[in-house]
Amino acid sequence: MKALVRWLDHRTGIAGLLHAALYEHVPGGARWRYVWGSTLVFAFTVQAITGMFLWMAYAPSSQTAWESVYYIQHEMQGGWLLRGIHHFMAQAMVVLLALHLMQVVIDGAYRAPREVNFWLGLVLMQIVLALSLTGYLLPWDQKGYWATIVATNIASIVPVVGEQLQRLVVGGPEYGHHTLTRFFALHAGVLPASLVGFLVLHVALFRRHGLHAKVPLRNRDGSFWPDQVLKDAVACLAVLAVVLFLTLLPGLRSEQGIGALVASDRAGDVLGAELGAPADGATPYSAARPEWYFLFLFQFLKLFESNPETGELIGGIIIPGAVMGLLFLMPLIGRWKLGHRFNIGMLACLLVGVALLTGQAVWADRQSLWIKEPDADQVRSHEKWNLSHDYVQAVEQAEAAAHRAVELARGVEIPPSGALSLLRNDPKTRGPELFEQNCAACHSHTDPSLGGLVAKDPSAPDLFGFASRAWIAGLLDPERIATIAYFGNTSHKDGDMVSFVQGDEFKGLDAKQRQEIAAALSAEAKLPSQAAVDAKDIAMIATGAELIKGSAGCTNCHHFQEAGDLGSAPDLAGYGSGEWLIGMISNPEHARFYGDKNDRMPGFAVGDNPDQHRLTAQELGLIVDWLRGEWYEPAEVAAGDEHSTSQTPAVP
Amino acid sequence: MPASQSPPLPSSPPPVAEDGRRGFFAQASAVVIGGLLVVCPFLAGLSVFADPLRRKSGNGQFLRVARLDALAEDGAPRRFPVVADRRDAWTKYPPAPIGAVFLRRVKSPAQVEAFNVICPHLGCSVSFNAPRDIFQCPCHTSAFDVEGQVLSGPSPRGLDTLECEIRDNGSGSEIWVKFENFHTGRTDKEPKA
Ligand code: FES
Repeated sequence: MKALVRWLDHRTGIAGLLHAALYEHVPGGARWRYVWGSTLVFAFTVQAITGMFLWMAYAPSSQTAWESVYYIQHEMQGGWLLRGIHHFMAQAMVVLLALHLMQVVIDGAYRAPREVNFWLGLVLMQIVLALSLTGYLLPWDQKGYWATIVATNIASIVPVVGEQLQRLVVGGPEYGHHTLTRFFALHAGVLPASLVGFLVLHVALFRRHGLHAKVPLRNRDGSFWPDQVLKDAVACLAVLAVVLFLTLLPGLRSEQGIGALVASDRAGDVLGAELGAPADGATPYSAARPEWYFLFLFQFLKLFESNPETGELIGGIIIPGAVMGLLFLMPLIGRWKLGHRFNIGMLACLLVGVALLTGQAVWADRQSLWIKEPDADQVRSHEKWNLSHDYVQAVEQAEAAAHRAVELARGVEIPPSGALSLLRNDPKTRGPELFEQNCAACHSHTDPSLGGLVAKDPSAPDLFGFASRAWIAGLLDPERIATIAYFGNTSHKDGDMVSFVQGDEFKGLDAKQRQEIAAALSAEAKLPSQAAVDAKDIAMIATGAELIKGSAGCTNCHHFQEAGDLGSAPDLAGYGSGEWLIGMISNPEHARFYGDKNDRMPGFAVGDNPDQHRLTAQELGLIVDWLRGEWYEPAEVAAGDEHSTSQTPAVP
Repeated sequence: MPASQSPPLPSSPPPVAEDGRRGFFAQASAVVIGGLLVVCPFLAGLSVFADPLRRKSGNGQFLRVARLDALAEDGAPRRFPVVADRRDAWTKYPPAPIGAVFLRRVKSPAQVEAFNVICPHLGCSVSFNAPRDIFQCPCHTSAFDVEGQVLSGPSPRGLDTLECEIRDNGSGSEIWVKFENFHTGRTDKEPKA
């Protein structure tokens, strides 16, 4: 063994190198305040290792970035852990940078002859910030997408070259594949390589000048190995512990217990780094915020209200640039008598400013969680509270969208066109949007689980639970048929149906018979939420059908099964089924539906020319599926979750 | 093999005394050749890197956005997606939303006014707050009135209006909008090329 070492040493000089590395002189002995540089090197090493492994599973393009990150986080073994470490270590690194900078400035370690090394350190800081900015976009989720849009738009404000600069960064006029390929190349190639380069210089210079000891010296001089190394190692261990803790944090409160969660193959649903819904430039995202350590800049931009002409330039570029410039000047300022004090004061002001702005930003966003809504007559504070309330809601919506995206990616599975197409074809996601855009001017849809889409002044029936037993029971209720939930605000209020339901003949039916009629009519819809009851109540439905065709008198106006004729009232055959609804919404004036008795309901797809339709076939299908509660729902939830009221509608 | 038998490490030769012109020539050539060696691959890379500068955006086509009767009579704005096919580097997408606009009825000059939903401040997506009758940006709290003028916040200009046309397609009037995105963060409204 000894011979081998000697042989190697003779050819490489390794023993000397090791000795030089480990027996670095530490004047005054090892101290905790010297650990920050080492923790940063450690953090970077962790990022390089985890980053390299993430790289092996990541595919940068608009159709694959979110998808591959989803796969890492939710499907790959330990993926959540890898992402969690990488994500939280990136944040730890920013904190450690701040601490390292503080220690260097407070100890005056930037003074001659260490100026150049201080500058190298500042360059390293910029590189780390650039790494976190580029990394934020790579998962290609809504959050990273919209936050980065703001950041790259700031770049375009740079005088003269701004526009070109932005294009080069974004890789084209709009965000797309090349934005990802570029950000990825920067994040995984250019920036880490330059970081390593500057780090080597930084450490080499550090070695050249020796450690800048804090006076007065406390102990006898020591050497790096083993005392300082031990302290450094303990500090790194603490950093790692914090990072792991943050990765596991969301699971600590989970019911099944953290151990079981980690062992399960659903750990990624709860633990690790967050992943939003896939990026979509056409879907607004109201919860867009940068990473927390950039929040102060974000808040800073709000201050330029009175100066719209140059506000962004000043707030986004000139002042941050000037502050950086001042930091670079610190070693020179430090040469004056009071310079060192000035520097410390400046850094303190800076940190306090950053803390205040960050606090302000957080308060502005979250105050509605912490304080009660102020009275409406306190206009300013009421307005602020409302903005915060909107933000909190936006965050909730974003979480719901993210959750749904994962549900679909897992259950329906991702097509080659990417996960975004899953959301765009999902009735549960798109239904309410389309309904709001196209139907909610007249119809309400008072699903309590959605908060209810209530029309301003409803002039048509409430469609929540349409064609379900409960809904039909309401329609056939003499007390309810003429209320706003049904025909109250329509011309049918004075029509044949209302007078029939309120008439003596129909009133004469007993409660059981009415139930049977409602069940039989509702069975025509074949609602997925009623599949089980419909199958069970087959006898009751048959009796109901006989009543509809017979003594109840429905087929005097309506067509149902083989009885009655079309033309005077909507067809009851297939009432509320997908096909029936599509026909009805396409053209309510068709003889099969309301014909010339149609009240103001517009036809959304009249005629054969699709160019003249208000809704495309796909949109129509999405609305109908949503009304019928027909969408993908993961098996466990559909079975056990009583809250999914949209599947089993209550009485509207 | 014992260590003592290994060949001695090469040590650098003593510097040769410079011989005036030849020395200068050698130095200059070495620098020029060395420079070329690095510059060549770098230029090739730079050319590809700069390619986005010559790409055009699909900005500025008239697109069918909605039917006129989809707009409320009282002039309340509504958000509509703008659907078109789009190219992103190597992918040609089938028609899908490429952006969104707010449309509202107005008396004059045309029947309809259109705003791009993108906030002129730094590009977040503005929403319409119906109860308060204003547009709000969720990012740095810029607010705009229904006419798109800045009410408060850091936005350097009002919401960007887009050209609209009403076209009759035989069964009703349709709103066509010349869809463009604009540079953010400046007072002048300049379309992205
Ligand atoms: S992006 Fe709209 S206010 Fe800043």
